[in-house]
Amino acid sequence: MYSTKYVKASDVDDAVKALKLANDGKFLAGGMTLIPTLKQRLANPDCLIDLSDCGLSSIDNEGIGIRIGAMTRHVDVATSAMVQKVIPAVAYLAAHIGDRQVRNRGTIGGSLANNDPAACYPAALLALGGTVHTQNRSIPAEDYFDGMFDTALEEDEIIQVVSLPKPEKAAYVKFPNPASRYAMVGVFVAKFADGVRVAVTGAGEDGVFRASELEALLDTDFSADVIADGMVSSDGLMSDIHASADYRAHLIGEMTRRAVNACA
Amino acid sequence: MPTVVMKVNGTNVSHDVPANTLLVSFLRETLGLTGTHVGCDTSQCGACIVHVNGESIKSCSILAAQLDGADVTTIEGIANGDELHPMQQAFHENHGLQCGFCTPGMVMSAIELVAKNQNLSEREIREGLEGNICRCTGYHNIVKSVQDAAGKMHSA
Repeated sequence: MYSTKYVKASDVDDAVKALKLANDGKFLAGGMTLIPTLKQRLANPDCLIDLSDCGLSSIDNEGIGIRIGAMTRHVDVATSAMVQKVIPAVAYLAAHIGDRQVRNRGTIGGSLANNDPAACYPAALLALGGTVHTQNRSIPAEDYFDGMFDTALEEDEIIQVVSLPKPEKAAYVKFPNPASRYAMVGVFVAKFADGVRVAVTGAGEDGVFRASELEALLDTDFSADVIADGMVSSDGLMSDIHASADYRAHLIGEMTRRAVNACA
Repeated sequence: MPTVVMKVNGTNVSHDVPANTLLVSFLRETLGLTGTHVGCDTSQCGACIVHVNGESIKSCSILAAQLDGADVTTIEGIANGDELHPMQQAFHENHGLQCGFCTPGMVMSAIELVAKNQNLSEREIREGLEGNICRCTGYHNIVKSVQDAAGKMHSA
């Protein structure tokens, strides 16, 4: 790792100040992506600004759903009785990110700010139509994701809270890569009174996306039977050593069927 | 240079280290506690797992400075004098190691897994050790060891 400075910010304002003082500062959440990236010398920030003391860890019931503080760890979401009760699919998703040690450090805000194309949380945010709240504004999921590893966040913008509306039913199913355990395809299906939303991670060349054709089918009949093999197009899907675009397209159909069945 | 103050295996330590010092380097190089291993350096293998405030984490993926004030336990800190921790004893009795390189991380990971979960099935143990890789592929006896220790830890 290149040499760097380290600052533990006491609140969000303090963190933004520290970023402005640095030439190329980086906010540090759980560090489960950033620290390995630094170890590989793929980034060279002159200052790391730790957000762990900024009071951003919380889980609240807000009536229409849940609000999760950005620094809330995956283990805390996974084991929260409130999340398990209000949106069990989110608790399940959090319980299956990485491994136990990653879940003991990794955070929802870090995951969403990083927007890894194979990360799980982006699928939940998009399928639930959630909102990312920063110190400056509230960004709806539809406007938040901006391609692989990119988001609507400005340089000095810090996610404070993520709100996730409660659906009638929801489920998340992923097909993990056998070695890395990252989602080769992950599908979050959420059924609301006004329609079904299906978000896909791990597959799109531009990161997480909504499968609007599957949504339309499930709107007419919320049943796994409506999804036939070969129905999902491979246009815009990633092809790499792990899976071809065609295979990913197949997995999207299959994971969606499993998610719909898991909603029952 | 940040000053890192921690409790490690019950002893207070304080050292000035460069900000980019990983916890595992702090343990191994600054404190000489070489029981914690560096296997893959890519956060996958789990040979570097230690407990921070009672939770297992990969010490190769966190800066020592992030843990200022923390309570850290390494593989050197779990035995009671000459009496091995039940998990260590179970690994010994069930031949839960071959080359032994992954063992410190396996033991530390398994202790947290068993401490937080009652009545673990074999499948749950295998899933619970997802963050640990054994390069000898000796998983069968590792799982047996954890099952054995789980019985003893929960009956104690």
